[in-house]
Amino acid sequence: MASPRIGSWIKIPKERLQQLIDTLASDGYRVVGPRIRDGAIILDDLTDIRQLPAGVVDEQDGGHYRLREDPTAGWFDFVVGPQSLKPFVLPPREPLLQLQRTSETWQTETPEIDDRPVAVLGLRGCDLHALSIMDRVFLEGPYVDPRYEKRRASLFLIGVHCRRAAPTCFCHSLKTGPALPAGFDLGLSELEEHFLLEVGSRRGAAVAARLQGEEPASGEITRARMATRALEQRMHDRPLHGDRRTAGRWLETDHLRDRLLGNLEHPRWSEVAERCLACANCTMVCPTCFCTTVEEVSDLSGDSVTRMRRWESCFTWEHSYTTAGPVHPTTQSRYRQWLTHKLASWHDQFGTSGCVGCGRCITWCPVGIDLTEEVAALGNEVPHA
Amino acid sequence: MVESPSKRPTLAVFKFASCDGCQLTMLDCERELLAIADRVEIAYFLEARSRTLDGPYDIGLVEGSVTTEHDAERIREIRDQCRTLITIGACATAGGIQSLRNWADIDDFIRQVYASPQYIETLATSTPISDHVKVDFELRGCPIDKRQLVMLITDLLLGKQLRVPRYSVCLECKLKHTVCVAVARGVACLGPVTQAGCGAICPEYARECFGCHGPKESANPVSLARHYQRGQHDPSHLVHLLSNFNAAAPPFRNAAEMLEQNSPLSNEGRS
Ligand code: SF4
Ligand code: SF4
Ligand code: SF4
Ligand code: SF4
Repeated sequence: MASPRIGSWIKIPKERLQQLIDTLASDGYRVVGPRIRDGAIILDDLTDIRQLPAGVVDEQDGGHYRLREDPTAGWFDFVVGPQSLKPFVLPPREPLLQLQRTSETWQTETPEIDDRPVAVLGLRGCDLHALSIMDRVFLEGPYVDPRYEKRRASLFLIGVHCRRAAPTCFCHSLKTGPALPAGFDLGLSELEEHFLLEVGSRRGAAVAARLQGEEPASGEITRARMATRALEQRMHDRPLHGDRRTAGRWLETDHLRDRLLGNLEHPRWSEVAERCLACANCTMVCPTCFCTTVEEVSDLSGDSVTRMRRWESCFTWEHSYTTAGPVHPTTQSRYRQWLTHKLASWHDQFGTSGCVGCGRCITWCPVGIDLTEEVAALGNEVPHA
Repeated sequence: MVESPSKRPTLAVFKFASCDGCQLTMLDCERELLAIADRVEIAYFLEARSRTLDGPYDIGLVEGSVTTEHDAERIREIRDQCRTLITIGACATAGGIQSLRNWADIDDFIRQVYASPQYIETLATSTPISDHVKVDFELRGCPIDKRQLVMLITDLLLGKQLRVPRYSVCLECKLKHTVCVAVARGVACLGPVTQAGCGAICPEYARECFGCHGPKESANPVSLARHYQRGQHDPSHLVHLLSNFNAAAPPFRNAAEMLEQNSPLSNEGRS
């Protein structure tokens, strides 16, 4: 069968997602998607569509996450969970180098990367935006990270256009959602009995060709698009209703960089530091926080050494440690580092915001610190630097 | 290193007021134990070996807290005998669960526990070793973590700088993709104020962290306790949580006091 064109759409009955999973698996992919584990929706191996949390939605708020069944919910009406794509391109811990002492010298060996390609189902607009930000960091600067590059190249991305948002979502203020941006291989939209699949790449086309899809009926594509557009409108209307519980928060991006960098001595930083635990959860769940550290672990003899890379966070004492002590000794300076990096100096460094409005850092902060609230508290004035 | 007959550095392990769990962790290093014994001369370790060699020792590991006048004297002698002195476990590093006596009437305890209280000679407090002598390094935990212990001994033998992470248990949770029990289940977990090192075992088994590695660097248990209180956690439950093996560690103690002051807790809250 001829491959559908990039940008074309096919329609499949919902159950045929099984065939999508099977097709990818037979092509050698490890298929990963949303599943419930320990009360949250995480990304894990997917072999059967019955493993998907259909009919389940997530309640999210600062420091709060619960799942509940909702008879009106479709297959993908929950939003993002604690994980993002980050661990699939930048594992939390990985060996970079293995060293072995021989009689005269050291032998080095670079550990192989598990090169089984990974297909991820259920990614949202914010997730794909976050990945493109990570690409800038790891692939588009002066130094390319070969391990990131290899994992990234083998990712097969299946996105979902959101129809529902959590109260913690604010993608609409950063224009990173709720619709999918370009960059997916296949993009799903949910109708009552069917999914519409938009083909986003040649790889996606080759897979779509094997799903025996039909052409969407007239008006169905518009209807699917309207569901996401209507959500976006509700998110924009939220400030008018003053009710953050219905759909989303808001981050005012006007002069954001200058508002932050011009307010480094604002009293709000010490107020937030009274609540902040410097626990690092926000940076761990953030899909774009890329900091890592390198540690060397040796056996008792010292003859065999492994150089490990692991996620690090600017909330730890170790992150800014120098021989003269930590550059960020206080929680106040660490919180300021996090927020000014994400929302201000990231622009200088990478030409984009470091935040995609996924709300993970709000939900998974044990005390519910909300960056949109912190930014708002700094005020709208742009101080003269 | 001090010359010993075998030219290997000598290791001595001492016990103060404690349950022996940390020493047992050492014996539990099954795979590594023989390799360790190859590289150090185990000179004094009563729990493992009846033969003892006289000091001085290169490495001294101390388990337990100081609870008697005699022990306060003994730790000074041990300090003089050990080139590097390392305390292991919550008792030695913070005073242990027995430090709960520090805020209670010690005679009351003695009368309740012992049939013949007149034979008991004890101090009114249980204090960490570092309150008495200079300590070169502290390894936290109740009990200590096996991997951390092996790493510590490795670093000692290789002459590396001794280090353990000072960040939170949460970071370890996230490295393992453990779903947060505080956020997803509303359980009062001490992970965000507790030092890593255990590998975040408790949350992995859907249990809250109960702070056995003691306060992390820049710990803020007051904020966490306030938050849990707003989440309808009973203050007395939170006081109990903070008053475990590291009850006397100042950040935990201060937060427990804050909770006691702000709520009408009777004595029942702490005993
Ligand atoms: S800063 Fe928070 S809302 Fe923004 S991308 Fe990171 S986790 Fe998401
Ligand atoms: S915000 Fe902090 S953890 Fe995140 S990338 Fe910046 S420095 Fe690293
Ligand atoms: S903002 Fe929240 S999640 Fe981040 S370090 Fe502070 S307390 Fe932890
Ligand atoms: S379960 Fe406890 S230790 Fe783990 S992230 Fe949550 S609060 Fe932190």
